[in-house]
Amino acid sequence: MDLRSVEELQGLTATPPKLNAKITASGVNVYYGDKHALKDVNVEIADRGVTAFIGPSGCGKSTFLRCINRMNDTIQSCRVTGDLRINGEDVYDPNLDVVQLRAKVGMVFQKANPFPKSIYENVAYGPRIHGLSSSKADLDEIVATSLEKAGLWSEVKDRLTDSGTGLSGGQQQRLCIARAIAVDPDIILMDEPCSALDPIATARVEELIDELRENYCIVIVTHSFAQAARVSQRTAFFHLGSLVEVGPTEQIFSTPRDPRTRDYITGRTG
Amino acid sequence: MLQRSELSNVTGSNMISLVPDDAPVTRRRSQIAPAVAKARVDSRNRSEKWFRFLGVAALSSAAAFLVILLTDIIVRAVPAFTQNSLAIEVPLKAELIDPAKPAAGDYEAAVRDALRGMFPTAQSRPEKKALESVLSVGAANTIRSAVMAEPGLIGKTLEFPVLLSADSDLYLKGGMTRVETSLGASPVTVSATTGPVTVTAGSGEFQNDLRLVKLGIDTLISDGQRNLRRLELSVKSSKADLTLAEQALAAAKQGATPETVKPAEDLVATLRGDVENLTKTVETANAQIKVLQDRASKAGSEEILDSGMPSLLLLVNGGVIKATRISPDKIEGEVYLPLTSTEPSSAWTKVLLETPEGGRKVNDRQAGYLEMLKAEGIVQSNFNFPFFAQGDSREPEIAGILGALTGTALTMLITLLLCLPIGVGAAVYLEEFAAKNKVTDIVEVSINNLAAVPSIVFGLLGLAVFLNLFGLPRSSAVVGGLVLALLVLPTIIIASRAALKAVPPSIREAALGVGASKHQAIFHHVLPLAMPGILTGTIIGMAHALGETAPLLMIGMVAFIADVPASFSDPATVLPVQIFLWSDLPELGFKAKTAAAILVLLVFLVMMNGLAIWLRRKFERRW
Repeated sequence: MDLRSVEELQGLTATPPKLNAKITASGVNVYYGDKHALKDVNVEIADRGVTAFIGPSGCGKSTFLRCINRMNDTIQSCRVTGDLRINGEDVYDPNLDVVQLRAKVGMVFQKANPFPKSIYENVAYGPRIHGLSSSKADLDEIVATSLEKAGLWSEVKDRLTDSGTGLSGGQQQRLCIARAIAVDPDIILMDEPCSALDPIATARVEELIDELRENYCIVIVTHSFAQAARVSQRTAFFHLGSLVEVGPTEQIFSTPRDPRTRDYITGRTG
Repeated sequence: MLQRSELSNVTGSNMISLVPDDAPVTRRRSQIAPAVAKARVDSRNRSEKWFRFLGVAALSSAAAFLVILLTDIIVRAVPAFTQNSLAIEVPLKAELIDPAKPAAGDYEAAVRDALRGMFPTAQSRPEKKALESVLSVGAANTIRSAVMAEPGLIGKTLEFPVLLSADSDLYLKGGMTRVETSLGASPVTVSATTGPVTVTAGSGEFQNDLRLVKLGIDTLISDGQRNLRRLELSVKSSKADLTLAEQALAAAKQGATPETVKPAEDLVATLRGDVENLTKTVETANAQIKVLQDRASKAGSEEILDSGMPSLLLLVNGGVIKATRISPDKIEGEVYLPLTSTEPSSAWTKVLLETPEGGRKVNDRQAGYLEMLKAEGIVQSNFNFPFFAQGDSREPEIAGILGALTGTALTMLITLLLCLPIGVGAAVYLEEFAAKNKVTDIVEVSINNLAAVPSIVFGLLGLAVFLNLFGLPRSSAVVGGLVLALLVLPTIIIASRAALKAVPPSIREAALGVGASKHQAIFHHVLPLAMPGILTGTIIGMAHALGETAPLLMIGMVAFIADVPASFSDPATVLPVQIFLWSDLPELGFKAKTAAAILVLLVFLVMMNGLAIWLRRKFERRW
């Protein structure tokens, strides 16, 4: 942990954010076939701000993230029980339209996965299928704002017709963030967005996350507790499929209540 | 041991040791002797080299076979791409072709008259017959179509290309026999204009021809000797059989079983007869060889040209003489085309045909006429455009592949229109939407097995279902297309499913992640990305269908169809079936046509593959 982020954390400690729950999970269990991947998770995730899920590989943090926008539906053997609500609405309500849910809950994946189309098309695809724009000019506007919000506009504004896959790794990941923003979601889920990036690109993406937290509820999964400390206000620690501890980030890192959290943070396990 | 202590020194000073100091040092690597280690490396390199060598050898032998195959086909096909015809002035007389009814005109007679007009001395029946047989049955076709298009031509005399028969064509291309044409060096005198004649020339004029004829005798001798050796061997074995049979007979006579004596006696009698016959044949062959050897040894003396010998024709004074007896400065022969005069001539030609007359389709009389026509300079060799513009025919010189090409195009169109949407749709459904259960498992296994079903089975299915049950027209492109579609569908489905599976899941996730429905994710992102693979599979399947013959035989596309199909329900045939049909025909002219059709089929295959590559590139650039 570098000094700057510690100072930041201390600054945050002075004014703790009021928890205004956006996502509530109670008794969520996930099974992959016979494997019990996530055990009885109970958590509240705040609106506006960044919540980080940390923990060693295979601890279930990504699984829980993918429950929030029902991306787990694509896995045949996956089964979810328990109660998961966004704004009080049941995510697993059989009458709920998954497409509408995913439009509200954007997602950024571990490996940048832009469509093999132009940069413009990448961003415009979401608004177009959801009918968010009324005209070409409107769509251009959405694309420009989204790219601007993702901090990519100045880099790509002259080559919007170039292929999205031709960008560098960090730019691709920011393009994916722009694509998620373009649909105007409430929540953005990020599944280890920086794990395939070099430190400079990572810093750029982290800066971006910091800017976005004003307007979105961001949930980020990360291996790196340093990253969690840098970008998040609240942290949840997962271990072997259980949610061990959740709380304000500075508290988790300075005075973890659970010995397993302490071991992980001090580098004994994981 | 020294090595190990050095190693531990290094470890101790420069590296953080993970092993506690007092732990026993057991390092397996250092226990391997250098020689053993080297042997392992060598063996590894050897096997790698060996594998590379095998790869290169396999590739180069495959390339060599391909080159041999292509060269062979091209060499055989080249004669089919040119065609010889005669440029003759044909008078279109009104008494032969009625201007009121040009369709009923006797164009053949007009052509015949025109040709006869060029050889006024040909008056006897065999002469006229040989002259006419030089022409194709369809010789008048071009004139007929020209007059039909422009009836005003009747009454005029115009130059038309008149098609030669396939055999004449082959003779002129040199495919029938080796022809040596040389101008006479010294003036000749012919004793008469018709009948048996004597031709006298300067001394030694025919010396070289005589020598070539004697060489021909040498070949006959060596052939005869080879035959003789074979005969002698069978005499020997027959004699051995006879000896055995005689011994058996003697044993039977001494034995107590009298009923075995009779068959043994019969056998001995039969074998004796065989031996006698064979011995006689050997004697005859010996005598023949002796005669030939005598003829060959008398260098420079006169020689008889019989049917087993090369033919020598003389073109003198507008007539043709076939030599029957040759000596160095004199020839006795028979006139095949009467001469215009017996004037001594210095402008005359010798034509030596290497293959004996009995061994070729063009006889000496026809060859004489053809040589005369060639000498006149009216034989034209043109690109065989009609080959690509006509349907099939029983006459090789008129047969073309347009019918088969059109049939192929129509059939392939039906196949593609059915296969691509159904195949891709099935693949998308099975891969993306279908529930994974027993039923889909069975469907999947069935599709995979269908791809391996012998194609003739699909033909039987087509016969039973499309022809007998649905009553669709026999031999038609629509039924052919349906049958081939059944054949190709499994290939396309399997290839499309593989292509869909190969699209990275991250693309699917990305689309779903921005709120695309499953349908949108597949049709907007996954399917377009899978398109190059799907197209490749489709083209491979279509290429397979293009070369398919067996199932089409079952639904009657193997019939002889001279007309070019004009619709999907017309009787049609396809290129591979046409090749199959032609390859079976005895006429020499069809041999080149078969090779040419194969070449056209190969060109089509290459074009389809080119199209596949082009489409793949195009799609890849867009996405």
